[in-house]
Amino acid sequence: MSVKNLIIIGGGPAGLAAAKSAYDAGERDILILEREDRLGGILNQCIHNGFGLHTFKEELTGPEYAARYIDEVLKRGIEYKLGTTVLSIDKNKRVTCVNEKDGLQIYEAGAIILACGCRERPRGAINIAGCRAAGIFSAGTAQKLINIDGYMPGKEVVILGSGDIGLIMARRMTFQGAKVKAVVELMPYSSGLNRNIVQCLNDFDIPLMFSHTVVDIKGKGRVSSVVIAAVDEKLNQIKGTEQEIKCDTLLLSVGLLPENELSKMADVNLSPVTGGAIVDDDMMTETDGIFACGNVLHVHDLVDFVSEESEWAGARAAAYIAGEKVNGDKVAVQAKDGVRYVVPQFVNRDGDGTLKLKMRVGNVFKNVRLCVVCDGEEIYAKKKMIVTPGEMETVTLDEKQTRALKNCKLAVVCLKAVKQ
Amino acid sequence: MKEMICICCPMGCRLTVDDSDLSNVKVSGNTCPRGEKYGKEEVVCPKRMVTSVVRVEGGDVAMLSVKTKDAIEKSKISGALKTLKGVVVKAPVKIGDVVVQNVLGTGVDFIATKNVSAR
Repeated sequence: MSVKNLIIIGGGPAGLAAAKSAYDAGERDILILEREDRLGGILNQCIHNGFGLHTFKEELTGPEYAARYIDEVLKRGIEYKLGTTVLSIDKNKRVTCVNEKDGLQIYEAGAIILACGCRERPRGAINIAGCRAAGIFSAGTAQKLINIDGYMPGKEVVILGSGDIGLIMARRMTFQGAKVKAVVELMPYSSGLNRNIVQCLNDFDIPLMFSHTVVDIKGKGRVSSVVIAAVDEKLNQIKGTEQEIKCDTLLLSVGLLPENELSKMADVNLSPVTGGAIVDDDMMTETDGIFACGNVLHVHDLVDFVSEESEWAGARAAAYIAGEKVNGDKVAVQAKDGVRYVVPQFVNRDGDGTLKLKMRVGNVFKNVRLCVVCDGEEIYAKKKMIVTPGEMETVTLDEKQTRALKNCKLAVVCLKAVKQ
Repeated sequence: MKEMICICCPMGCRLTVDDSDLSNVKVSGNTCPRGEKYGKEEVVCPKRMVTSVVRVEGGDVAMLSVKTKDAIEKSKISGALKTLKGVVVKAPVKIGDVVVQNVLGTGVDFIATKNVSAR
């Protein structure tokens, strides 16, 4: 058994940023455990541009963004192990991992940062009827096959789901010579960015069908067609609207789920809404000394916000290891009236400074005010022309507002109509 | 007349762009000045950054990701991608290394976006 002050699980954007800032906060005994053979996480396969506008004020591709943080980690000489899978963690912060070189290793950690990202919802999670032929991939799997392994997963493609990965893959498959016949979206709106709808679909005349879904998959051995149909307001299939589209490949881009198998082993309390841990404003879960940041905590829209959140988590984990204590008295922050969730869910009454609340709304709303209400009193409000489920909203409270929140009984984040 | 969605912010204004006179393009449907600028650029000379992958030999990964160093004209995307066909680079490769020079005479190079070590 070895002892480590800080173990970071995951060497993607969250883990790298957490390691960097923990080091800069004075912590030197850090170990990053990464399952893949390379640092950088999912960014390695996100070869498109559009990353880093907030963090670096320039537009980078995924691998370039990752390289910036990898360089920071290497420069600081932070230890990391690749090809290393964490098998279990427990609430006493014992980490069991395995790799080919060291075999099974057990560490006792002073603190753990969960930075293990998220995974895609698979076919089984959305109950599509039909055959089990080859040719059905999650969009991220197809992305890995093309961009990392150099294989083309199919030639005639239908994509279910219009989240950003689905949109990006529509363009990517087109670039590689495939014919993308349609992107089919269950909801009446896309959860992807407008920019991606324009530059990944409209540029190549790929139809985007709202309020439609795949109701059957046909094929023997390989997918030969899918049947799509329109849905009503309750998302039920409208009989008679079925149409069959010939294709050899169906890509699924139907949502992401934080990957919390390890968290459950350590009795970390999870939010049923985000699928990630319940945390306080230090990004610490309700299990003492275990922190969470990035997509394992809640699915982010931009990697820039993952980096920002994770740098904060790294710094707070370093402070925790250094013995900085809080008295444990917390105020709950609840999401209401259009706001689907808020992270953090609790704020420590101790401490000063400013506070960032991250949230997503449950529908498209126009002309609203995003408000923070403490014991009935509105301490913050910002007018928004539009809020959409696809974009994360951030509320930054100044010192005075933060103090007001820390001193109240219950804080609520909600949407209110703008008085005309 | 062209219909398009503005990409400057989540509003996604539906723009109508009158491109009958390219020296005097008229944009309507926008709610802010950024939309007007976007609409004009999209009809006069729309540009895109192009990203893809090429094979790499002797490296710690099979594929090298690349991008056009600057945005190129939208109409040249498909031609630009063709210049990558059959290209194989030798590891090691550093971010910024030129993979294809002066793509289709645009003056823009395809450059590497990933560091690849020799195996």
